Amino acid sequence: MLKRIVSGRIVSGIQSIGHRVIESTWRLGYASRFFILVLLKSGTSLRRFNLVVRELYFTGVLSLIIIVVSGLFVGMVLGLQGYETLQKYGSESAVGTLVALSLVRELGPVVAALLFASRAGSAITAEIGLMKATEQLAAMGMMAVDPVARVVAPRFWAGVISMPFLAAIFSVMGVFGGYLVTVIFIGVDEGSYWSQMQSAVDFRFDILNGFIKSCFFGVAVTAIAVFEGYDAPPTAEGVSGATTRTVVTSSLVILGLDFILTAFMFRGVS
Amino acid sequence: MSMTPETLVEVHDLNFSYDRRPILKGVHMTMQRGQVVAIMGGSGSGKTTLLRLISGAIKPTSGYVRFAGEVVHELNRDALFKLRRKMGMLFQFGALFTDLSVFDNVAFQMREHTNLPESMIRDLVLMKLHAVGLRGAHHLMPNALSGGMARRVALARSIALDPMLIMYDEPFTGLDPISLSVIGNLIRRLSDALGMTSIVVTHDVQESLKIVDYVYFIADGVIAAQGTPQEVRQSVAPFVHQFVHGEEDGPVPFHYPAQSYSRDLDLEDSIA
Repeated sequence: MLKRIVSGRIVSGIQSIGHRVIESTWRLGYASRFFILVLLKSGTSLRRFNLVVRELYFTGVLSLIIIVVSGLFVGMVLGLQGYETLQKYGSESAVGTLVALSLVRELGPVVAALLFASRAGSAITAEIGLMKATEQLAAMGMMAVDPVARVVAPRFWAGVISMPFLAAIFSVMGVFGGYLVTVIFIGVDEGSYWSQMQSAVDFRFDILNGFIKSCFFGVAVTAIAVFEGYDAPPTAEGVSGATTRTVVTSSLVILGLDFILTAFMFRGVS
Repeated sequence: MSMTPETLVEVHDLNFSYDRRPILKGVHMTMQRGQVVAIMGGSGSGKTTLLRLISGAIKPTSGYVRFAGEVVHELNRDALFKLRRKMGMLFQFGALFTDLSVFDNVAFQMREHTNLPESMIRDLVLMKLHAVGLRGAHHLMPNALSGGMARRVALARSIALDPMLIMYDEPFTGLDPISLSVIGNLIRRLSDALGMTSIVVTHDVQESLKIVDYVYFIADGVIAAQGTPQEVRQSVAPFVHQFVHGEEDGPVPFHYPAQSYSRDLDLEDSIA
């Protein structure tokens, strides 16, 4: 009897794992098909670029404040921590290099993308989800206007365009924050802060790679945000669940992608 | 049922199942040009499903809907979108685009589907808004409107391109008596003025009987009764009588099916 119960439990446990795997694979396939659909229906957004410009304001411009302030503080902390460690070895003049490389290669794209996912990604999901819940998307379809082309695609492209700019602004603010703390407050030599940074930061390996990363993150975060919004069950819980999923999934995808991209980019570079 | 030249919508032996559960079972209907038709029935009787089938949002399991001579579910996406420009739909709570002003909501379809100059769009939008009495509210955002006003704006938006058919999904839900009769009168007046066919899906018997030309009652996925408002009011058919007069018990029972009351309260054993 006990044996039968235990084996029953094991079977149902395996079944539920299998069920979840099938479910998530199916959902991934569905999301990929949706992503392709958005790309195919991007014609309207590109022809009527003012639709994208309007969304650029909501996703990009309105994210500026959090990006600028966070960038500044991250740079200030990097400057402090960097100075603290480097001065032990008498190389505090390299603090500019440390701040710039950490920001441009990693922290700029990654932290900006994480902030972008929580600020703009969640807003995109909530907006599209609520438009679905209040039948605005259905109404648009009834008016012979495709909601994917008119609502989803402009938001997607606005996110993709905003993200690299936001990451760049984040890095610039970070470098400025590091400068404020180390040069202005602590008194590291200004010339060596900038000149060491200039000689150590490589355009191809550091800046361009950071830019490429932020482009990948932009596509990932916005694709997840529009999909979750469009797929949200049309109820209050549905939309709130979708918004949470956007932030959690985007953050995990950003970190995973960052590792993969870094591994490829700095392969063979010593 | 044959298509006369005057017929705009023909619903022929329409069946629709969702997850193998039949929602509509062999529904036949015809709607003439310029006619205002009410579709009534209890909640979950398949009324809204019928509207979705007419608009081509879902495909029937069998049977067909013919609109302006074309079988709706046989059309490809482009042809369906072209057909939908001849249809308007008023959603239950208006479904106005919350990021656009009243003016831009009404102008939406004109801007999407026509190349009209902005000056002409302005005139047309103001005319449509004037028809629903809200010309003065053109600059407001949807969140500044009352429920009745939002629905009037949605009505102006759905007649923006002068459709041949307009479908109303529960247009009277949640309105105060004044707004309710305003919407009711607008439905009739706009149909007459623009020569549109109107389909009104509703629970509101008294308000809709005042304005419609013909009524279909749907119950359990079939047409339980049909007729002119006059015939409906005088009907002695038990279902119609219960529905029109809002009686608590009848063919639609008050009690959800259950075992006997005395058995549920464990009275039968003690009596025995």
